[in-house]
Amino acid sequence: MLTVNVILGVSLIAFLVVLCFFLGYMERKVAAFMQVRLGPNRVGPKGSLQIVADTIKLLFKEGLTPDSSDRFLFNIAPFIVVVTSMLVVAPIAFAKDFQLYDIHIGVLYVSSISSMGVIGILVAGWSSNNKYSLMGAMRSGAQIVSYELSVGLSLISIVVLTGSLNLNEIVLSQQNGWWLFKGHIPVMIAFVIFIIASTAELNRAPFDLAEAEQELTAGFHTEYSGMKFAMFLLSEYINLFVVSAIAATIFLGGWMPFHLGTWEAFNHVMDYIPSVLWFFGKTFFIIFIIMWFRWTFPRLRIDQLLNLEWKYLLPISMINLILVTVMAIMNWHF
Amino acid sequence: MFITNYISTVYKTIRSLLKGMKLTGYYFLHPREIETEEYPDNRATLTMADRFRGEVIMPHNEANEHRCTGCQACEIACPNGTIKIITKQEIQLDGKKKKRIDTFVYRLDLCTFCNLCIVACPSDAIIMGQNFEHSVYDKKQLKKVLNKPDSKLMEGVE
Amino acid sequence: MSLLGEDILTEEGEFIINMGPQHPSTHGVLHLKLWLNGEEIKRVQPHLGYIHRSIEKMSESLSYRNFIFATSRMDYLSAHMNNEACALTVEKGLGIEIPERAQVIRILMSELTRLASHQLWWGSTGLDLGAVTPFFYAFREREAIMGIMEETCGARLTQNYNVPGGVMADIHPNFQKHTKEVMQQIKSKLDEYDDLLSGNVIFEARTKGVGVLSKEDAISYGVTGPTARGSGVSCDVRKWAPYSGYEKVQFNEILEEGGDSYARYMVRMREMKESISIIEQLIDNIPDGDFQAKTKNVIKLPKGEFFQRVETARGELGVYIVSDGAASPYRVKYRSPNFSNLFALPIMAKGGKIGDLVAIMSTLDLVIPDIDR
Repeated sequence: MLTVNVILGVSLIAFLVVLCFFLGYMERKVAAFMQVRLGPNRVGPKGSLQIVADTIKLLFKEGLTPDSSDRFLFNIAPFIVVVTSMLVVAPIAFAKDFQLYDIHIGVLYVSSISSMGVIGILVAGWSSNNKYSLMGAMRSGAQIVSYELSVGLSLISIVVLTGSLNLNEIVLSQQNGWWLFKGHIPVMIAFVIFIIASTAELNRAPFDLAEAEQELTAGFHTEYSGMKFAMFLLSEYINLFVVSAIAATIFLGGWMPFHLGTWEAFNHVMDYIPSVLWFFGKTFFIIFIIMWFRWTFPRLRIDQLLNLEWKYLLPISMINLILVTVMAIMNWHF
Repeated sequence: MFITNYISTVYKTIRSLLKGMKLTGYYFLHPREIETEEYPDNRATLTMADRFRGEVIMPHNEANEHRCTGCQACEIACPNGTIKIITKQEIQLDGKKKKRIDTFVYRLDLCTFCNLCIVACPSDAIIMGQNFEHSVYDKKQLKKVLNKPDSKLMEGVE
Repeated sequence: MSLLGEDILTEEGEFIINMGPQHPSTHGVLHLKLWLNGEEIKRVQPHLGYIHRSIEKMSESLSYRNFIFATSRMDYLSAHMNNEACALTVEKGLGIEIPERAQVIRILMSELTRLASHQLWWGSTGLDLGAVTPFFYAFREREAIMGIMEETCGARLTQNYNVPGGVMADIHPNFQKHTKEVMQQIKSKLDEYDDLLSGNVIFEARTKGVGVLSKEDAISYGVTGPTARGSGVSCDVRKWAPYSGYEKVQFNEILEEGGDSYARYMVRMREMKESISIIEQLIDNIPDGDFQAKTKNVIKLPKGEFFQRVETARGELGVYIVSDGAASPYRVKYRSPNFSNLFALPIMAKGGKIGDLVAIMSTLDLVIPDIDR
């Protein structure tokens, strides 16, 4: 039992690392095409090995620990961030009957573990003993803590409709159609709020004030170099994948193919496409939308960011929750 | 009043953001708009504009003759001493001594490509070439001598 | 009061940050010392001199034909207009008239340079505020304009195309066709710029009401160019003291009340459209004639002082030559627009946040080598 679990764990970590290579390449190619240029196209066929080359470069860099920093906290901060990112992958269902950890409080687990990531960022900023890092970490901490509320409320709207926190049951309840289409307007509003709030959780543009190169020269990870810096990047991409996977599972049906009500023939045809492909297709679609945001919009200032959350997103998501509850009671969804 | 303001703010926000996303989405779906020249791979077909200022060269004809009389107008016109002309006295066929150039030293590492020497030359001896790949490993290679060895002045050039 | 401000004490809770000479968003090597209280800026002090190359002193040992090339490297984004200012001053000293063809060519090249400079400004504004994509779109347009310059002048950025008396060489036979094609391309893309940045609610929230410069402050600090026109000060040299044929061209001077960053942004966006209209007026009507007036081989200005001002993309550049009859100038002084514009920054940034400082600097459109020449 133990060896099986260990093998599963190690292969999961390897899978996540390979996924990050792919996500890094996708980000650079998507950015390039939106900016009317070619992306990496020299290393490997069509530039696919570019991120491998970058990782090897980071491996060879000197991992500097500043003299006046708090050594223990400085060295442990990247690990906190990476571990919390990887822990969240456990309850996600990649395909039919393929789930690593079928916990019956799936949504609560995901929500709570991902909030622990902010500890790593604050520790990194504080222990660097650098004015810029501290300011970046403070801003980042305020941002993440605020936007968790909107994320949680959006997730709860689907929990209300399904009646269960278990991720597997949520996927199975979308047998006759995805929640995005079944629960029309309130669920669509919840979906949009979830995407916006998750982009803020990930510290990505247009909410990337914490690591804005133009202002604070890389914020909380200024002092990190070498493999520790690579771990921050790794955790950022794993978080991106996790957030998209959660959105795909809860709003778009996870591994459930596209079913239209009870049209048996159509559903049967859709079932021929393997569920793994459905899951990854939806996840990468949402990842593409989040990347699209990054390359289009300028950055928000910190007070405008918090303004957006507390005055716009939170009231709207609270009202939306009431609407979803009314809809669930009156059975006004499909 | 407050509610209508609030809702109109949200609506205007979403509309402007979607307009921006439409533009970048358009460029994402049309990779034909990419105008990047893939430089080292397209050297075979690369042509620069004919007035492009790449470096100063002294054209020689097939009989290895150039047109530089050694008047030093370009050396005076150059703002930072890039050109140095060393002249010598040569005995012509009819016994008279005439001034001819010995070496025309052109320092590519100092040149600002301002074109003043080309404009100042009265006998069209130097032109701007179009080669722009000048990087070398040894800086001494950038101090060039423009007249080829054993070349002499073309007949009839004043 | 020491020069570097070391004796300005910090009050309770303030700390000093250097927005150092090497920084991705200060448009060059500019060293700003900020006194911050948390996120709010209490004081800004610019330190200059990191790129001083003694251009003015160098000109004292060069001839009147030679010294023009160095001004291309001062404000390198309006290189043609800098060269034109020097050439016009020398021509004023010599008292010669330049032929009409040369004047029209100079106007065309100036407006093309102004368009290219505003394109780059737009791209780097987007970049400073976090949107990376506008930078590439702007450079695509700029490449097209630089292709025109390369065809006629031979160089893309530091053209050195003006000589005392006119221009160095006649325009390329392809010039008119090429320019018309590029103007068509740019006109169709200018609306895209509005979609991407001007209408964007995030951009408006970051620039509206940020960095207000009142009209009186603009006049008293000597701010010129689009920065001052955004505060309502009418100061376009092409209208008030026309030179080189600008009196015959129809164009509007763009003014905006408001004085905040958004007003300055809109001034420059509309100036791009005006430049395109000037080029279109003139491109088909280039008069025939000489492209260069005859001057002696060695130019010597008579004794006296000569001054000429032009409108570069950033403001009013003035060239002041003192001559004592020799073949080199006795003293050359440049009144650079960026120097005056920079020193309006401390009053604009006071009380704002660091993000506002970046937005203000991007709409001030500074080019640092022009400040310490």
